[in-house]
Amino acid sequence: MAEGMVGASRSGQWVAHFLLVIGVIVVAFPIYYVTIASTHPIQTILRPPLPLLPGDAGLANYAEAIGGGVGRIGGVGVGRLLWNTTLVAVSVAVGKIVISIASAYAIVFFRFPLRMVFFWLIFITLMLPVEVRILPTYKVMVDLRLIDTYAGLILPLIASATATLLFRQFFMTIPNELLEAARVDGAGPWRFFRDILLPLSATNIAALFVITFIYGWTQYLWPLLVTNSNSMNTIIIALRKMISFADADTPWNLVMVTCVFAILPPILVVVLMQRWFVKGLVETEK
Amino acid sequence: MATVALRDVRKSYGTNAVIHGVSIEIADGEFIVIVGPSGCGKSTLLRMVAGLEPITSGTIEIGGRVVNDLEPRARDIAMVFQNYALYPHMSVFDNMAYGLRIGGIRGAELRARVEQTAAMLELTPYLDRKPRQLSGGQRQRVAMGRALVRGPAAFLLDEPLSNLDAKLRVGMRLRIKDLQRSVGTTALYVTHDQVEAMTLADRLIVMNGGVAEQIDTPMRIYLEPATTFVAGFIGSPAMNILPAQGTEQGVLLGAVPLALGRPAPGRDVLLGIRPEDLTVAPEGEGLPLTIRAVELLGADAYAHGEIAGGGEMVVRVPGKKALSPGARVGVLPAPGLAHFFDPATGRRLP
Repeated sequence: MAEGMVGASRSGQWVAHFLLVIGVIVVAFPIYYVTIASTHPIQTILRPPLPLLPGDAGLANYAEAIGGGVGRIGGVGVGRLLWNTTLVAVSVAVGKIVISIASAYAIVFFRFPLRMVFFWLIFITLMLPVEVRILPTYKVMVDLRLIDTYAGLILPLIASATATLLFRQFFMTIPNELLEAARVDGAGPWRFFRDILLPLSATNIAALFVITFIYGWTQYLWPLLVTNSNSMNTIIIALRKMISFADADTPWNLVMVTCVFAILPPILVVVLMQRWFVKGLVETEK
Repeated sequence: MATVALRDVRKSYGTNAVIHGVSIEIADGEFIVIVGPSGCGKSTLLRMVAGLEPITSGTIEIGGRVVNDLEPRARDIAMVFQNYALYPHMSVFDNMAYGLRIGGIRGAELRARVEQTAAMLELTPYLDRKPRQLSGGQRQRVAMGRALVRGPAAFLLDEPLSNLDAKLRVGMRLRIKDLQRSVGTTALYVTHDQVEAMTLADRLIVMNGGVAEQIDTPMRIYLEPATTFVAGFIGSPAMNILPAQGTEQGVLLGAVPLALGRPAPGRDVLLGIRPEDLTVAPEGEGLPLTIRAVELLGADAYAHGEIAGGGEMVVRVPGKKALSPGARVGVLPAPGLAHFFDPATGRRLP
């Protein structure tokens, strides 16, 4: 354990550990502070110095945030915000995976007219960030009466050139003989997709789910535009709305509770999927 | 079990023709080997029979039914691929059962058929393993099992042994022949290995440049090759093929008259003699040969040399006979075993 790692000498190891500990503190301290602050009453938070140990208002804060609703965002509870955000993040992640695996399947395994044209059309959308097409997208959502709906929150975020390309690259590494063996065995396109391609893509799907779930969870600009009612807010937007310019106006204790809730699901997804993901990596072999 | 018939089957990619009309009637239960150098179109031909490659013209019949436009599954064939193409995420059992399941076979019958085939191939202990937990030889047997278990009308095998080491290959070669005999299913087998071709085939198709140069039993092909290509491809080391001239008594090779067959006097021919049909005599008898190199294989040795008047020649001699480079000997062709070919077309002369 001691030899061969970063520093060969004992002092080298001390330096390495020192740097790593600093790094951990820099990254972890804000999260630690948010967690601590969510257990203090607002008066303690506002009065310096910063409390660094858990307080006694934890239960009250959490109960108020979940049950009572937050005044500054129209009395909507954190539970509702979590539900909204989870629905959006999961739908965006699942939607992105379904759409991109289907289009990659079409592009790689089928020979149809204008195949490469479609491929380049998808590819080109990589060059356009969401912000560039946000006005036309907004207009379309208004025309379709999708403002303040889940569909309006989810649909425009689903199309993904990146995920399509990722699946395309993976599909192209699948030996052609595997497809032919399945054809000889009598598998049609749908069966081949379901029985062979999907199981082999499991690792990729897990990785993409993690990435796109967090992408959906942390969306800011689009949910801000497309929702007006407080009860349709995602947790990120609600957090922003809770914070007032005047410190005294902001329910910091509830903001901290909401922060904890905003951080937890992405962490859970990463931790849970990562185990599965590593298992997938270990089991796959060409 | 079925007959297979190919009638003037052709394939071209755009204007580039790769198969120039192959015809053969294959009897039920016959073992046909398609052999040729790489790029000769042998795999393409097999894939056309499988339905993985559309044919440009001609007809393919399996069991008396034209299958030109049928999907592979509807042709009732099973295929073994060179790299086995096992489904990596499925167990050996599921690999073998996949085709049967699609065909609607379930439950006890499915289990019985897979287990019986696995027993035949000694795969029973491995049924729960994934392909990556198997050795190369075991994977090859799973690929065979996947084809056997379906009980198809015909087996198509595309260089199934070329990824195995030499020793395993010999064992599997015998096994494939045994299995095919015992189930009596028609088989088409593609290889570039002439030993596999000679030992397995009931009949051989020797292909070159998209043309079936000769279709016949292995021994007939060895004894009466139809073209210089076949003569050079089948037999190891390759047949010596040298330009010669017909005379009243036989042929004139360089300046040496040989009493071998009788092409028309004065006619230019290509004379073919296999290294094993030559014997070494003291210098002064027969054809003078200067030895350049000797390959000693144990039982036999191949002496490479140059004949008087130019031209390379290989002679098979017993391994115990000491010949060293630089030696000058005479070579006597066995009478009646010479082959004559037309220098212009490369075809065999009667």
